Amino acid sequence: MTPLSELYQQVILDHNSHPQNFHKLENADGSAEGYNPLCGDEIHIYLKMEGEKIQDIGFLGSGCAISKASTSIMTASIKGKTKAEAKVIFQKFIKMITSPLEDSSPDPDLGKLSVFKGVREFPTRIKCASLAWHTLQAALENKNKTVTTEEESDPHG
Amino acid sequence: MKILDIEKIRADFPILRQSIRGRSLVYLDNAATSQKPRSVIEAIGSYYSEQNANVHRGVHYLSEKATEEVENVRVRVKKFIKAQDHREVIFVRGTTEAINLVAQSYGRAHLQAGDEVMITEMEHHSNIVPWQIVCEEKGARLKVAPIDDAGDLELDLLESLFSKRTRLVALSHISNVLGTINPVKKVIEMAHRYQVPVLIDGAQAVPHMNIDVQDLDCDFYAFSGHKMYGPTGIGVLYGKRGLLEAMPPYQGGGDMIRKVTFEGTEYNDLPYKFEAGTPHIAGIIGLGAAVDYIQGMGLEKIAAHENELLQDATQALQKISGVEIIGKARDRACVLSFVMEGVHPHDVGTIIDQEGVAIRVGHHCAMPLMKRLGVPATARASFAVYNSHEDIQALVHGLRKVREVFGC
Ligand SMILES: Cc1ncc(COP(=O)(O)O)c(C=O)c1O
Repeated sequence: MTPLSELYQQVILDHNSHPQNFHKLENADGSAEGYNPLCGDEIHIYLKMEGEKIQDIGFLGSGCAISKASTSIMTASIKGKTKAEAKVIFQKFIKMITSPLEDSSPDPDLGKLSVFKGVREFPTRIKCASLAWHTLQAALENKNKTVTTEEESDPHG
Repeated sequence: MKILDIEKIRADFPILRQSIRGRSLVYLDNAATSQKPRSVIEAIGSYYSEQNANVHRGVHYLSEKATEEVENVRVRVKKFIKAQDHREVIFVRGTTEAINLVAQSYGRAHLQAGDEVMITEMEHHSNIVPWQIVCEEKGARLKVAPIDDAGDLELDLLESLFSKRTRLVALSHISNVLGTINPVKKVIEMAHRYQVPVLIDGAQAVPHMNIDVQDLDCDFYAFSGHKMYGPTGIGVLYGKRGLLEAMPPYQGGGDMIRKVTFEGTEYNDLPYKFEAGTPHIAGIIGLGAAVDYIQGMGLEKIAAHENELLQDATQALQKISGVEIIGKARDRACVLSFVMEGVHPHDVGTIIDQEGVAIRVGHHCAMPLMKRLGVPATARASFAVYNSHEDIQALVHGLRKVREVFGC
C-alpha cells in the first residue's frame, strides 16, 4: 500500500460519506465542541451516561474525511464502554497515531480504530484524527467549552 | 512570441530543481510565499560573508558600506513603487507589521470613542485584527464593506458606509483568497472626498502589477518582501510624508532618536523615527535584489504570463466535474480558489501533495471571508512567474487523483 492508500482506506471513506451516530442526542447529559482552526473542522459530541457507562453517543459537524471518519469510528467503538475504558482506548489511539513509523503494529485492543495508523505518516493530519478524542474527553467532563487542536501548539493562520 | 523565457527563469530558482516524493516540485503556493531566485540568496549570503556590520553607527568601513547599501535599497524601493521621496519608505518586518504600525501610531493618535474604521469583507486577518485592537482600546467601531457573490466589492454600499466619524479606510489591493483586484483608485478617490485617508494592503499586489503610489494617491501602502521573491522578515510601509511626519513613533529604541536624556527624548527624522533598533539588514539587501529581479523581467510581462496561467487553470478546472471555482470577480490575478464537491479541501491538499503539487488549503487567514462565502475552507492554487502550463497540468492530474481516491 502507498502511504496515501493507507491513509484513505475504504473504511475511512465509507465512514466519511456515511457516518455512524451522526445525530444530536436530545437528552444529552454531557456535550462538547471541538474545533480545528487549521482546516476548519468542527464537531459537536453529545453523551448520554448511565453512571460510569457511556450509554449513548452522537455527533454533528463538518470537516475533512479524516476527522469525520475518526469521529464516526470513535463513537462506534466507545458506545457501551465505561469512562475508564474509553480513556484507555483514547491513550492507545493517540499513541498509535503519533508513534514513530518503525514502531510495531497497533495495539490489538484498538480493533477497527487501527485503520487510522496511516495517519502518522502525515504529521499535518494527526490533529484531524485526534480532534474527536479530545472533544470526547471534554464531553465526558462536560466542560461546556470549545476544545481546539491548537492548545498545545502554535497556531498559524 | 513568448512573453518570457520561463525555462530560463525557472533556472534562476534553485529550489525548483528539487524533487518532492520522487516528483519534481510543482509549487503553486505563491500567495503564501514565493520562492527566491539565486540573486536574492546570493545577495544575502555575500552581505554576511563580506559586509556584515551594523548600520548608522560605526565610522568604520564595513558599517559605512552596510549603511550605504540599506539606503540604496530604500531609493530603489522608492522608485519601484514610484514614491515621491525615499523618506516615505519605512522598512518593517512585513505587511502585518506595517499595518500594525499604522494602527498603533496613526490609529491611536486619531481615533476617539465613536469613530469608525472601514475595512472590507475580504480582508486578511492582518488587516482586521490590528484595527480591532485599536478600536477596542479607543471605543471606536469597525465598519465592514460587503462584497457580492462574485467576490467584487459593492462600491455603492461601501460609499454608503462613510460617515462623519470615518477616520480611515483599509483594504487589500488584491484578495489573497479570491484574486479580486480591487478598484483601489476609485475607493481612494471616494474616501478622499470624505477627507478620509486610505491604507492599501498590497501584500498580494506588489509581485504581480506595477504600483504607483502617487498615481493611486493612497496614504499608506503595505507589502512584504517574501511574497515578491525576496526574503522573509522584511517588508515596507509607504506613507505620505506629511502623514508620517505628524505621526507619533511606533516603537522606541536606538536609531529612532536624535537626542535622549532622562527628562525626555527628541525623535529622529523620517524614516528613522519608525525604524527603532537594528534593522534586518540582510533582509533589506535581499529585498533590493528582489526588486532588481522583478524589474529585470518587467511587471507587465510577469502579469501577462501569470494571466495566461490563470486563464489556463480556470478553464482546466472548470472541466473537472465537481470542482467549483470560488471568486469570479471581474478583474482577477494569479489566485485561484476552489472547492470540490464531497471532498474537504484538506483532503484535496494531502492527496495532491503526494503528487508533488503544493497548494494551500484552509481559511487563508480570512475566516470572516470564509463565513461570507459559506465554506469552511478552500483549496487555493496561486501562481508566480516561474510557473508553467505543465504545472497546471500537474494540478489537474492531482485533482483527478483526488476524484479517484474518493471514488467520485
Ligand atoms: C492580503 C494579505 N495581507 C497581508 C498578509 C500578511 O503578510 P505577512 O504575513 O507577510 O505580514 C498576507 C499574507 O499572508 C496577505 O495575503
